[in-house]
Amino acid sequence: MSHPAKASEFLQDAAKAKWHDETLWFVRDKRDTISKTIPEWEHLRDLASKIKDNVLANLDEYLVKFEEKATANGIQVHWAKDAEEHNQIVLGILQRHQCKAIVKSKSILTEECHLNPYLEKNGIEVVDTDLGERIVQFLNQPPSHIVLPAIHLKKRDISELFHEKLHTEKGNEDPAYLTHAARLHLREKFLGAKVAITGVNFGVAETGEFVVCTNEGNADMGVHLADVHIACMGIEKIIPRRKDLGVFLRLLARSATGQPITNYNSHFRSPAPGKEIHIVLVDNGRTDQLAREKFKNSLKCIRCGACMNTCPIYRRSGGYSYGSVVPGPIGSILSPGLDVKKYSTLPFASTLCGSCTDVCPVKINIHEQLYEWRQEITKAQGTNAKSISMKIANGIFAVPFAYQVTGAMMRGALKFLPDSITYSGLNIWGKQRDLPETPKETFKDWYKKNRS
Amino acid sequence: MPLNKKIGLFIPCYVDQFYTKVGIATLELLEKLGCQVSYPIGQTCCGQPMANAGYERDTVGTAKHFVETFRDYDYIVAPSGSCVLHIKDHAPAIPGLDKEQESLHHKIFELTEFLTDVLKVENLKGSFPHKVGFHASCHGHRGLRLGSCSERNEPFFSKAKQLLDQIEGLEWVELNRKDECCGFGGTFAVTEEALSVQMGKDRLQDHLSQGVEILTGGDMSCIMHLEGIAKRNQQPLKFMHIAEILNQAIS
Repeated sequence: MSHPAKASEFLQDAAKAKWHDETLWFVRDKRDTISKTIPEWEHLRDLASKIKDNVLANLDEYLVKFEEKATANGIQVHWAKDAEEHNQIVLGILQRHQCKAIVKSKSILTEECHLNPYLEKNGIEVVDTDLGERIVQFLNQPPSHIVLPAIHLKKRDISELFHEKLHTEKGNEDPAYLTHAARLHLREKFLGAKVAITGVNFGVAETGEFVVCTNEGNADMGVHLADVHIACMGIEKIIPRRKDLGVFLRLLARSATGQPITNYNSHFRSPAPGKEIHIVLVDNGRTDQLAREKFKNSLKCIRCGACMNTCPIYRRSGGYSYGSVVPGPIGSILSPGLDVKKYSTLPFASTLCGSCTDVCPVKINIHEQLYEWRQEITKAQGTNAKSISMKIANGIFAVPFAYQVTGAMMRGALKFLPDSITYSGLNIWGKQRDLPETPKETFKDWYKKNRS
Repeated sequence: MPLNKKIGLFIPCYVDQFYTKVGIATLELLEKLGCQVSYPIGQTCCGQPMANAGYERDTVGTAKHFVETFRDYDYIVAPSGSCVLHIKDHAPAIPGLDKEQESLHHKIFELTEFLTDVLKVENLKGSFPHKVGFHASCHGHRGLRLGSCSERNEPFFSKAKQLLDQIEGLEWVELNRKDECCGFGGTFAVTEEALSVQMGKDRLQDHLSQGVEILTGGDMSCIMHLEGIAKRNQQPLKFMHIAEILNQAIS
């Protein structure tokens, strides 16, 4: 289904759609408030953007340096060219350790690679330990937001779900009660897992360490109890130096949720004695995107989700309307790079209002890239009815006389057509909106009479 | 004031066709402020509807015609942030006219920025005793930066407010969401009809609940969309382009 169809479905439940809009607006508002307590906020964004420019321009060198340092620290580094190779590498490590159950903290990359179904197919139980992720996992749903995976659900939904899955009291919607039940449930899973998987927020080339940011501490809990830690990392997550974290960590949580900092920013450098750390460096289309001059900046993304919270479309259509792993504005410029046909409606799911670009902590020109993807998509689609009408339109606007004649016809038609035709199903504008009244003369006509 | 400069009036195609009164108000306002304005009669469209739909490459003819029509003016002024932004950012390069095109980008102004930045209007004499809500259209607001944007950490400014504040009796109404998109978005209004209308309804509700009497803005496209929804739902709001308010107030 296309974005417009799914968005219109989402809006059917008007009360819930309004709640969704207001909930995410609340998060954006918190972000606005806290970002304005930092006088150098715009300077920080600029710095972050430039550091990422440097990373993208020298990605090969930074990656090799990162591998070298990490290896020297005792970490085992793997390279995966695509999702399949990534999944095979992870499965191989699990099989070597005869591991049948793992815990995983939030990682959009493993969603992108569809790791969960792959491992489950191979007889491995996967438990997502981020509370929101565990909720959507129970429901067999993907996350609907990259930072707030279960934001499309209300307390009542969670209460019903936990009653079914965790045998909590029926009808008890108290968040503290429900969270406590999840905590007890997850504790068991943490204790039983020999291998823990995490994502990576930042890989530091200078030191070979990597940083994982969570609010719930679930990444740390999983990793410290397990013998083996597998960290899955997109190759664009590199930053040059440890001190660059002073820029990115200040921006990340403030942009994401309006907090000063994520509760846990854990640095992993060397495995403890007798334990293992693996890093899987994944390309999966990233070098292709890097080669696209107009779109490579999308790789600067630090996955804060601010563009989703601010997007008037996302707030009113929900994450699932996009049908992509990463929804919202950033998803709409990343996804067409993976499959231009499948995601062809996404760059059009925007008014090009530019709010996404202005909240982005690394200054990705998101709305400009949406515009550029539109140009690419219409090219890829070739000649169709719409492209022909555009050529005709250009013919009209390039020739003043043709424009005048057409304009007069258009106005004439509106004046004389009965409302039953003007407002029929064929006229989508008129379904829920009145058309402007047609004036008796155009400005051009008026000007000729009154000024020349 | 650049009284001896030649100003070309650029009236966007849908304003020409549907909002004659906005074209007249813009012209009269500039004349009252002492400008020598003329309207090149051969002008058509800036090409934005096609480009935003993904067919920028098919707007070369339109863009060339625009440059040729306006190349000899000292300034080009339009009552639309959206069309001005298009000319600056998205008109395709015209081989052989690159110099003219480049200089055009520095000569073209949206109406309110022309008044505040070029004419440096500071002392409008007029009265308009109404509660006015301003819809900051995104292309003017975030594209041309006609006002401070709520997302950014920057001191408050608004070129529209700077002008409206000079009018006696006019009450500028603060909105809950100061600069959220109305959902017009060109072809978006039709391809994503459900979302577009919902966004429009939400904007209208904000204005209504703050007691706005007249909703104004710098782009008739947004206003056409909002007015269309308000009329259909019989909501008690009036709609005027900012040029109409200023022209009416100072007459």
